[in-house]
Amino acid sequence: MTDLTSLSLTAMRTGLDAGEFSARDLTSAHLERIAAREDDLHAFLHLDSERAMATAGRCDETRVPGGSAPLSGLPLVLKDNISTSDMPTTCGSRFLAGYIPPYNATVVRRLRRQGAVILGKTNMDEFGMGSSCENSAYGPTRNPLDLARVPGGSSGGSAAAVAAGAAGGGFGSDTGGSIRQPASLCGLVGIKPTWGRVSRYGLVAFASSLDQIGPLARNVDDAALLLSAVWGPDEKDATCLRTPPPDDLDHLVSLAGLRLGVPRQVTDLGVDPEVSQRVNEALAACAQAGALITEIDLPHLDLALPAYYVIATAEASANLARFDGVRFGARATATDLTALYEESRAAGFGPEVRRRILLGTFGLSAGYNEAMYQRAQTVRKMLRQAFATAFAQVDLVVTPTSPSVAFPLGERTSDPVRMYASDTFTVPVSLAGLPALSLPCGIADGLPVGLQIIAAHGADGDLIRAGRAVEATLAPPPAAVR
Amino acid sequence: MSAFETVIGLEVHTQLNTRSKLFCGCATRFGAPANTQVCPVCLGLPGALPVLNGGAVEMAIRLAVALDCTVHHNSLFARKNYFYPDLPKGYQISQFDHPYATGGGLDFEVDGKPHRVTLTRIHMEEDAGKSVHEGYPDSDRSTYLDFNRAGTPLCEIVTEPELSSPAEAYAFLVRLKAVVTCLGVCDGNMEQGSLRCDANISLRRGASEPLGDRTELKNLNSFRNVQRALEYEIARQTEILGEGGRVEQETRLYDADRGETRTMRSKEDSPDYRYFPEPDLPPLAISEEELTRLRATLPELPTARRRRYLDEMGLAAAAADYLVLDGDVAAYFEKVAARCQDPQVAANWVMGDLTRLLNDRHLSMADAPVPAEDLGDLLKEIAAGAISGKIGKEVFQVMAAEGRPPGEIIAERGLAQISDEGALEAIIQDVLAANPDQVSQYRAGKTTVLGYLLGRVMQATRGQANPKLANRLLRAALKA
Repeated sequence: MTDLTSLSLTAMRTGLDAGEFSARDLTSAHLERIAAREDDLHAFLHLDSERAMATAGRCDETRVPGGSAPLSGLPLVLKDNISTSDMPTTCGSRFLAGYIPPYNATVVRRLRRQGAVILGKTNMDEFGMGSSCENSAYGPTRNPLDLARVPGGSSGGSAAAVAAGAAGGGFGSDTGGSIRQPASLCGLVGIKPTWGRVSRYGLVAFASSLDQIGPLARNVDDAALLLSAVWGPDEKDATCLRTPPPDDLDHLVSLAGLRLGVPRQVTDLGVDPEVSQRVNEALAACAQAGALITEIDLPHLDLALPAYYVIATAEASANLARFDGVRFGARATATDLTALYEESRAAGFGPEVRRRILLGTFGLSAGYNEAMYQRAQTVRKMLRQAFATAFAQVDLVVTPTSPSVAFPLGERTSDPVRMYASDTFTVPVSLAGLPALSLPCGIADGLPVGLQIIAAHGADGDLIRAGRAVEATLAPPPAAVR
Repeated sequence: MSAFETVIGLEVHTQLNTRSKLFCGCATRFGAPANTQVCPVCLGLPGALPVLNGGAVEMAIRLAVALDCTVHHNSLFARKNYFYPDLPKGYQISQFDHPYATGGGLDFEVDGKPHRVTLTRIHMEEDAGKSVHEGYPDSDRSTYLDFNRAGTPLCEIVTEPELSSPAEAYAFLVRLKAVVTCLGVCDGNMEQGSLRCDANISLRRGASEPLGDRTELKNLNSFRNVQRALEYEIARQTEILGEGGRVEQETRLYDADRGETRTMRSKEDSPDYRYFPEPDLPPLAISEEELTRLRATLPELPTARRRRYLDEMGLAAAAADYLVLDGDVAAYFEKVAARCQDPQVAANWVMGDLTRLLNDRHLSMADAPVPAEDLGDLLKEIAAGAISGKIGKEVFQVMAAEGRPPGEIIAERGLAQISDEGALEAIIQDVLAANPDQVSQYRAGKTTVLGYLLGRVMQATRGQANPKLANRLLRAALKA
């Protein structure tokens, strides 16, 4: 019998529908894999084995040959900032240790309704603030491809679990690259949809105008399967796109005639030579398959990172104000109100979260607001405009996902600015609210390199179809599973 | 006489009486047990998101249109950041540099003299919860929190600094209350906090002189207290300026028990709210069609209504002023007047017997135990002479107690007036026979005993004699 943990979600679906194996078989195979690998990886913050087996059992009992919901019986993981009413939701923070929300996120409701088997909640940088998964209050997650290296972040737990075969697929959240960068570092496909494509209701906010839930999976089809199961308007999220999501994802496109734009500014922004080379090779392969590669001008890319750190931290400073020790989560024993706030927050938040709250508060303060927050908003508008101009000339924009491959644990923890640079190419896309995916495009120093494909606002369908065509064109990546 | 001119601006928080909150579906009922009208959204739980209540927006638009404001097709919600235990999210969702309505104004009268105040803006925002400092066994050590009110929709109405006396401020608030209750967007109840007012006040030596530093007065929990606090503040600032001193720009709390204001925080301590646009809500779009549709739903407003009561109904100014104070009162009055066809009598009864009854029972006009139609019918009976005014008041009490229409009560209790001349003449003859002394006194010219004799007649008929008829017949009998 094949190793069930090495199958793609699409293959699992086919096998389940054909009765080759049961959902229980699938779930127990993954639970065994978790048992074997979790000590090394620390991908999970909560493992929900019993309920997972029970859900799988129900899927088997109610299975309608060929007629099951697309996700029924598939073993998945959720980043621990997605609210679940039956599991803790800690956001990788000491502040929320043991906190079980009284409600499910819209994404979770949709997954449960389809009979998805949720194996557990995965590790993350505290409140999504980090690019290595080292900022978790519960200890770092390691990259299954090299345990001395980080899996990326902040959705590092979900990425590591999927890359290790501990789950068939997973959900993360992306604010400035938190799905795409770990996908790149773990050799996976990760999609950050158009902002508003997936409901944020129940996603614990880091930076509301940037946060977006999306899938991490082994290939584009799997990622599309996960994404299409949860996206679409939600009456509980007023910022959801009103337009229905695309419904023709299976439509195959050829790369012939597809116009891929490569921003000339990318080379100025510091990319490891090997990473550059793999990206160029991938572009050459696409050109061979008929794609039209053009160098484009995408100005202001260099301003994106500073603007992002002003806007994201400003929003975070407000979003994290509710963690005050009054209604839920950590509460210090204090004698007066100010001490209650100060001590609860000092004890509950890690250093990176504190740093960003301070940064954000500063950027919004009277006297600094114009120079910081307002200017950052201007940059954001300029970037949106720059992308809009680019999409008048090309169908997709292509960049490296991350300037480097997975880096060693501890390498950047004491150098936040260097850590922030991990997101150089993902952050501009987030500021513009555009859909983008990362897919593996080769190996450098024995580690996967990710290619970022960016589409126009709302063109998630084009992105997925083109992503599949690019994926098919590139040499299949080496098996991520060890 | 003070050497200074007073300049006052008001900020009025109007609680919209929607059934559900501004950003979630929770009920807004006043007085429910603590924390029973809450959900993840209004408790500010991690991950919860606001969704704007369209009904609240409609009320806000109607309010703005009634106050002649410019309603903007696009406006923005913003986060106002501050920490307080009863503020669940650590920020209040409000509007800042792009409110939904600007400009406009309100007409009102002080001692019959017309005034108009320009409005700066109206913006929508959510209310906070309540800190409960009393009523628990450990209240000396602990504060309890009730989030039932958190997320209740408010409209903050800001006036230009154009009011020049506490009396004007009072009259403005009274008229504003009349407008909001007439529109039905707010119940106007200050005790329950449905209307809350802060006042900004500064003095200057003359209209062309620069304004002095202003103080902001808070904790003004009744219209009278607004007036009293302003009066106190004028005296305080006049004294400081008179002595050549300088008024500190600060926020002061009014202490109603002591009748004075005291420093709450100085300008230096004023919080930096770090406003920024609310990323969880799209811009608020209000179409011209919607505006037109809502404009058409506006009732007659108090200023116009007052004019009509004076000009068409012939009411006295005091009666008109009183009746337009409250939309429910005006509506009740108009129903009574329409039924009995006599606005003056209707006004007297609504302002007199009915108001007394409501006050005694601590009821609002909306809960009046006597339907307006029934009161109108009662007044019709009196006007037609079927019962006397005195009996009318008794019937009214029975109507209030038993909730039945007047006709039934009059018939059942045999209260109809005796207007039968023959029957009354017989009774009068009996009374005259029983009171020979008074009869001779009257005939000797002491006509004041007529009242006594008439009283006997009324007593003999248990008050049911038609008083006018009895009077005429009695005089005739005495002359005979």
